[in-house]
Amino acid sequence: MADTKELINALSKKHGIERKSLLPILQGIVEKENYLSKDSMLEVAKVLDISAAEVYGTASFFSFLDTKERGQYVVRVCKSMTCDMKGKEEILSTIESVLKIKIGETSQDKKFSLLETNCLGLCEEGPAMIINDDYFVKLTPEKIREIFGRYLRNEI
Amino acid sequence: MTQKPKKVDIIFSPYSVAPYQILKDTMKRSKEEVIAELVSSGLRGRGGAGFPTGMKWKFATEQKGSVKYVICNADEGEPGTFKDRKLLMSVPRKVISGMAICAWVTGSTEGFIYLRREYKYLVNDLQKEIDIFKQHSKEVGLNFNLQIFLGAGAYVCGEETALIESMEGKRGEPRNKPPYPIQDGFLGKPTVVNNVETFASASMVCRIGATEYKKFGTADQRGSKLFSISGDSPKEGVFELELGMSVEAFANEFGDGDTKAVQVGGVAGFCVPRKDFAKAIIGDGNTTGGSTMIFNSSRSMYRVLHNYLDFYAEESCGQCTPCRIGCQQLLKGIEAVKKGEKPAEYLDQLLKLSESMRLTSKCGLGQSVTNSFSSIVTNFREEMIF
Amino acid sequence: MANNITLTIDGHQVTVDHGTSILDAAKKINIKIPTLCHHEDLCVAGNCRICVVEQVGKQTLTASCATPADNGMIILTSSPKIRRARKDIMALLVSEHNTQCTTCYRSTNCELQILSAEYNVDNSIYMSVLKDGDCKIDKASWSVEKDNSKCIRCQRCVRTCAEIQHVNALAVTERGKDMKISTFMHLPMNEIVCTNCGQCITHCPTGALTERRYYDEIWAAIDDPKKHVIINTAPAVRVALGEMLGYPVGTRVTGKMVTALKQMGFNSVLDTDFTADLTIIEEGTELLGRLKDALVHKKQVSLPMITSCSPGWIKFIEHMYPEHLGHLSSCKSPQQMFGALAKTYYAEKMGIDPASIVSVAAMPCAAKKFEANRPEMRDSGFQDIDAGLTTRELGYMIKQSGLNFQDLENNSFDTIMGESTGAAVIFGATGGVMEAALRTAYFLITGRNVPFENLNIMPVRGLEGIKAASIKFEKCLPEYSFLEGVEAKVAIAHGLKNARVIMDQIVAGTSPYHFVEVMACPGGCIGGGGQPIPTTNEIRQKRIDATYAEDMGKPIRMSHENPEVAQIYAEYLKVPLGEKSHHLLHTKYRKRNRY
Repeated sequence: MADTKELINALSKKHGIERKSLLPILQGIVEKENYLSKDSMLEVAKVLDISAAEVYGTASFFSFLDTKERGQYVVRVCKSMTCDMKGKEEILSTIESVLKIKIGETSQDKKFSLLETNCLGLCEEGPAMIINDDYFVKLTPEKIREIFGRYLRNEI
Repeated sequence: MTQKPKKVDIIFSPYSVAPYQILKDTMKRSKEEVIAELVSSGLRGRGGAGFPTGMKWKFATEQKGSVKYVICNADEGEPGTFKDRKLLMSVPRKVISGMAICAWVTGSTEGFIYLRREYKYLVNDLQKEIDIFKQHSKEVGLNFNLQIFLGAGAYVCGEETALIESMEGKRGEPRNKPPYPIQDGFLGKPTVVNNVETFASASMVCRIGATEYKKFGTADQRGSKLFSISGDSPKEGVFELELGMSVEAFANEFGDGDTKAVQVGGVAGFCVPRKDFAKAIIGDGNTTGGSTMIFNSSRSMYRVLHNYLDFYAEESCGQCTPCRIGCQQLLKGIEAVKKGEKPAEYLDQLLKLSESMRLTSKCGLGQSVTNSFSSIVTNFREEMIF
Repeated sequence: MANNITLTIDGHQVTVDHGTSILDAAKKINIKIPTLCHHEDLCVAGNCRICVVEQVGKQTLTASCATPADNGMIILTSSPKIRRARKDIMALLVSEHNTQCTTCYRSTNCELQILSAEYNVDNSIYMSVLKDGDCKIDKASWSVEKDNSKCIRCQRCVRTCAEIQHVNALAVTERGKDMKISTFMHLPMNEIVCTNCGQCITHCPTGALTERRYYDEIWAAIDDPKKHVIINTAPAVRVALGEMLGYPVGTRVTGKMVTALKQMGFNSVLDTDFTADLTIIEEGTELLGRLKDALVHKKQVSLPMITSCSPGWIKFIEHMYPEHLGHLSSCKSPQQMFGALAKTYYAEKMGIDPASIVSVAAMPCAAKKFEANRPEMRDSGFQDIDAGLTTRELGYMIKQSGLNFQDLENNSFDTIMGESTGAAVIFGATGGVMEAALRTAYFLITGRNVPFENLNIMPVRGLEGIKAASIKFEKCLPEYSFLEGVEAKVAIAHGLKNARVIMDQIVAGTSPYHFVEVMACPGGCIGGGGQPIPTTNEIRQKRIDATYAEDMGKPIRMSHENPEVAQIYAEYLKVPLGEKSHHLLHTKYRKRNRY
């Protein structure tokens, strides 16, 4: 919690303490802590002097401001039309079997969370996914095993 | 024999000039002249609504007050659209030039590129380009502080007032209009919001002149347009094409020879079935963001529609009744018909509902659901039932 | 901007001020457009879409509440297109709604229900999209029950909590199909920063937000022959209860209410006004003490002193300004004074075992329920007030008893603790506590009545959000010579948004006031969260008018002249702020979390 406080303090110095600073601050927390914990949202409410309900209400609107605990690597597989056409289902089931988690779940070691997401704008190279900020395209089951192999071996 | 789609080379053209030369040259002209040039070019917004860009900028110059904002809408979330990503990756200078010209013309000193969160990997390169721009803007004495604002994942923030709400640290819910952003935008100040492609096109209008630009396209839709092409196509990617081609010409060029339907304008646009290919013209108010998804005969149109409706039910902001509940009802409704829990006639009830959604929804999101819903349900009714 | 706008609505020309909505323009020529998310107390939302109208020349329909009238507009408010669209909207809302109206507390007083009937909507049009998760009712708070299955997402509660109260306990959360009105991380209502004011309830169009109801427990107590059940009724109840029972707004029903309560089986029907008068004596003495400390002893004291009658306000300051609780009067609210005395003084005088007393309070308030359950409110050795009822609950209990209310005769409150003055009656309206305090304080200090015609201190009355006034003390009695020439500055705030303004001045050290009255609800208690629904400014004003009429009709109109008050000091409390008072009538406040 002390770390979270420091982090939010630093973020508020960088982005300001006006209402318009809310999104950048929340994004900064997610970047460091993978999600927005109850304590972090309360601290943001305090720093910006807005109600905690408003912080939560705003955060929960956006897909990338997770208010549920997430792992170090958040995998978002595109489920929009062209990725679906190109075999998203198979990609998902491969990831599920490699990481041993289902959609919406986080691995026990808190390393991975698996989510579906709407269009990533990588349609011409689907199926696609992003892991945190990095994107991966033209996915195949083999490619998935190779990518996550590297993550699992801590090569990324 | 249908005419082949005409490829154009404006936005991605090399036009070898020194960095920010377009901006520097433009600033030597009078502001009135530049606005007149843009108005005359017939350039319309490339985000979806298609508002004439020159007029928008003109209104912005007429707004009183010393603080005005210029926002580049790079919240490209329409399924099947990725041309803005390509633009920002390959010709960010044209986009930034367009923004800078807009700032200069309208008297704005603050600008933002609202970049969708999914494109965060573009931030570093884009920031480098902004730093280069800053040196050049200093040179010409343009005071325009340009920053990147990163979105947080919400399709509806592509709607300009929702985008502004989110920039203000609030839920990305579209506002009631009027007032429009041009009068009362970011932090209550006059704000020009234009799509990435619009700014790039505007800078090219300044570069090549309205007369040259107008040579392309139709009377209604001047110039070139970027198309994001995906699906059952051997040539997926971004193409700069002249507006006014038929879907038939398009499918012949980009389809795999077995094209059953083309989704024009993304999920918010229309699904054109093969029988209508010859008469449907791309650019007839159905381009939206230039998303075109091609489906061949192996595709289930039920699955396509289901995918769209699932998307809408999640991406609706949820504030207004017709969109929040309507999207859920359409999704649940086609599932029930497919499973035989509801009779086929229920589809007619749903078609009426989608029309009510068009009439009563607060913003373009809810208003446009009916486009793909009615075009798919009407043209592929059997696929919905059996 | 005074420039006028002329438009045509259903063929009639109408001219309105610039900025007027189409909805209000139509209202001006008596055309009623249905609304749900619209409430005159709140900013425009434009999200329910039921108010759509046709604007000739426009492809889509227009939300009349959210669209300003413009010159030359041609508007249709009823057409096949509009009727179809509105019916669809109603059908959609119903498909997201728990339609078990028979078990809904707001049945027959529900805006959704009324429109649903008007548009002939039934459950068969669309499939239910009601979520299982929404069907669990949050009953964790002593005051407010939240039932998401009845919520139509109009956000009136959210706007109320934000705009009127500046609390923001309720927020819109999630998005799309999952969008709902909720709290921080969906915490139950008792775990959040909520003042229990209940304004969300009175602004809710449906049964999604209601007060937690206690009348079954009260019937059980009445039915138990071993219990001695007493009830004290707040001043604001008598000017609003009639609305529950078929009377026009602003009708006073004091005498019939007393009769009804007696016939329902309450052993004694008493008046919160008695302890309101007592509050004036205790609080007035406390204020004079603080002023003396400041002026004579040059001590650091917390000024302004602020009233403490409104439990919504108390919880607000405990959350929002925990460092400034010293400004609050230590007086309990009249309800809690009553409770503490009922199980001590009253029990003693009547010779009743206090353990057998069930003490009920009929209040215009939701927060009073929470207040009654505060652990510190047990100074009698028992829970001082066993149950708080809202005006609404009381109305339903009276209906349930089968009494023909309108035909009942008038009766007076029982004694003891049933005597009141006009000063106590006006506690119900914003500015009333201040006026009552000034009437008594001025008399005590100078030996003369306040220099206002008929004792009516007009500057402290009315619906303005913050009212300020001053009164100069001259020719003081020797005991109060330290106040000679002092101009006492007072302020009145109602609605917590306005309370915040007062508090921010105090925090900044710029507050010019000596004494401030704060009521959590707009209009004061007559606009309380437990009052009949709807409440609008027009209705508030009528209840206020009734309140002052009740005052004018009272033979005694100053608290210090209440004979029962004199009696209780003589026989029991001895002196204001004395040891017994201190024990029974005063309390302490606690710091609570702000976020």
